[in-house]
Amino acid sequence: MAQSSATLAGPADPFDRPAVRTARRVLLPVVVVLAVVFPFVFTNPATTSIAMFTLLYVGATSAWNMFSGYTGYMALGNAVFYGSGAYFFANITLHLHLTGGVGIFALVPVAGLFAGLVALPVGWLALRTRRHTFVVITIAIFFIFQLLAYNLHSLTNGSSGMALPIPPWDAQTYNTYFYLAALLVAVVAIVLSWAVRRSSFGLELLAIRDDEDRALGLGVKTTRVKLVTFVLNGAVTGMCGAIYAYYLGSIYPPFAFEAIFDVTVALMAFLGGLGTVSGPVIGALILEPVQQYITLRFTSGGLALITFGVLFLIVIRFLPDGIVPSLAATIRRRWTPRTGAAATPPAAGPPVGPPTVGQTVTVSRPGLTGGVSR
Amino acid sequence: MGTALTKAVVNGILTGGVYALMAAGLTLIFGVMEIINIAQGIFVVLAAYLSYVLQVHLGIDPLVGLVITMPVMFGVGVLIEWGFVRRLKAQNRSALSILVTFAVAIVIEGFLTQFFSADLKILKAWYVDRSVHVLGFYLPYIYLIGFVLAVVLLAALYLFLYRSRSGKSIRASVQNRAGAELIGININRVSAITFGIGAAVTAAGGMVFGATNSFNPNSGYDLISRLLVIVVLGGLGSIGGALVAAVVALVIEDVTAVLWSPVWASTMFFAVLIVVLLVRPNGLFGRAAVRAQ
Repeated sequence: MAQSSATLAGPADPFDRPAVRTARRVLLPVVVVLAVVFPFVFTNPATTSIAMFTLLYVGATSAWNMFSGYTGYMALGNAVFYGSGAYFFANITLHLHLTGGVGIFALVPVAGLFAGLVALPVGWLALRTRRHTFVVITIAIFFIFQLLAYNLHSLTNGSSGMALPIPPWDAQTYNTYFYLAALLVAVVAIVLSWAVRRSSFGLELLAIRDDEDRALGLGVKTTRVKLVTFVLNGAVTGMCGAIYAYYLGSIYPPFAFEAIFDVTVALMAFLGGLGTVSGPVIGALILEPVQQYITLRFTSGGLALITFGVLFLIVIRFLPDGIVPSLAATIRRRWTPRTGAAATPPAAGPPVGPPTVGQTVTVSRPGLTGGVSR
Repeated sequence: MGTALTKAVVNGILTGGVYALMAAGLTLIFGVMEIINIAQGIFVVLAAYLSYVLQVHLGIDPLVGLVITMPVMFGVGVLIEWGFVRRLKAQNRSALSILVTFAVAIVIEGFLTQFFSADLKILKAWYVDRSVHVLGFYLPYIYLIGFVLAVVLLAALYLFLYRSRSGKSIRASVQNRAGAELIGININRVSAITFGIGAAVTAAGGMVFGATNSFNPNSGYDLISRLLVIVVLGGLGSIGGALVAAVVALVIEDVTAVLWSPVWASTMFFAVLIVVLLVRPNGLFGRAAVRAQ
């Protein structure tokens, strides 16, 4: 999807040709319609369950990428927000004595809001550090939250877990509701990620990734920009967590705060292409069904773990650049020489967003080139 | 209360030594290679299982077994560096290395679960059951042995790093990787040795851990979270810092267990990190992160 915004749109860029643009304009709604229709065509509960989880991960990975992919800060504690969303949802349905049904999906955004609130102090603390220390801090904060989930009995009921309202839907349509909710969250995550990527705000994030000190020198309010994105990431991840909890029907600390979740979202983003809009979507679409299949196929915990780990190792070994950037580079190499003169230059303004890792981003926006802000 | 408190402090110092040893491997690997070895926790568990196998099947005492488990763990470390870490591309290397070592940890956990099931195991030996009477309380010998082992191995590590040629190569690589390469240091060899040493020290750590705690393949997560806290607290890459941080954190944890409740002891462990980071974002002994490039 919106790949053009994630590529350097030079005059000879094959992705910028009118035909490609039109194709994209037609294809995108078609994909959305297909996604909506999917559970009504493939009604097998096993299939819709895998599809639902895949969409949850599309949302969660896009959210992770929006922060970590754009800023280059590797956050490995996103399960904090996933779990916070899940437990908030469990608590609010319990204390308001709500019964299961479509109506309580309305509380999913509220759970997201809560997870965003959690992300505020977490981000404020973690973002005082950079690079490796930041990674380790996010991991440490994740373990604190997991411990708290075990220990704060009044909020989480400890290791006995919490039950959520059971919706009154029959087995055939049960998954469909969750699927559509997950689809909605995934679309919100993608649109948000795309909007951030296109905005000057997104450019500031990329500038931080390429050289934070220089970005600061150029007047980017780095602390604020990073924190805002971190909170957005937390809020979207929290919404995914809430749907996850509602779907499971019960929630326990090791499921809500799962270390593998932290790594999975990162791996999906790496697989698809870090820092692109479509990369995390494609990464999740490929990896999550495989993961779900492995979980279903191997009931023995040991074999499932080994297969998981080997899958991870293969992905890292063979696709370090990510699918989308590799594919884009190949296509560009093949098409550019022949179509160099055919394409028209972009109408106005500088090209949006140089994307590939390693390229330096120049932030040139009126009012941004002033003095050092602090 | 007084005795309990003294006991907690002594316990904290003694176990802190063992954690310092395990964390020293982690921080050394970071210092040389700029990667965070998430598999360090499962290395400890793997080493504990090795000791367990030697004991149950061959009747070798865990302490004597170190003669076997330490070289084996060294080999495991070298193999993982060669097989996975070295093959990463320079771009995104430090981020990918975390994912790779995590994946390695998952695979090892899977194999351990497959072979040993998730049942809790514990190492047995005469020095685990018997205690010595000090300062009005009984202390199992294993705590003393663990501490002595940690001190001896840390001293050996120090001598190796500061007196031997390989050690000098390692320190040169810590200071300036590119510079070390330019003056003819084989960085691949140094990386492999470092990873091997980092894993070998977990053999001793795993033996003590396995004798003082019951463990299963899942124990790696708890360990790695603690080790990460210790190395960040001490400042990434600083062995001395890890030593101080390990003792401080473990004493605080044990004292919390006595004064407040054992349930919140491990949370305190992490809370220490947050408090320190509020004051010193680079840890107690860390250098400020230099600009990349």
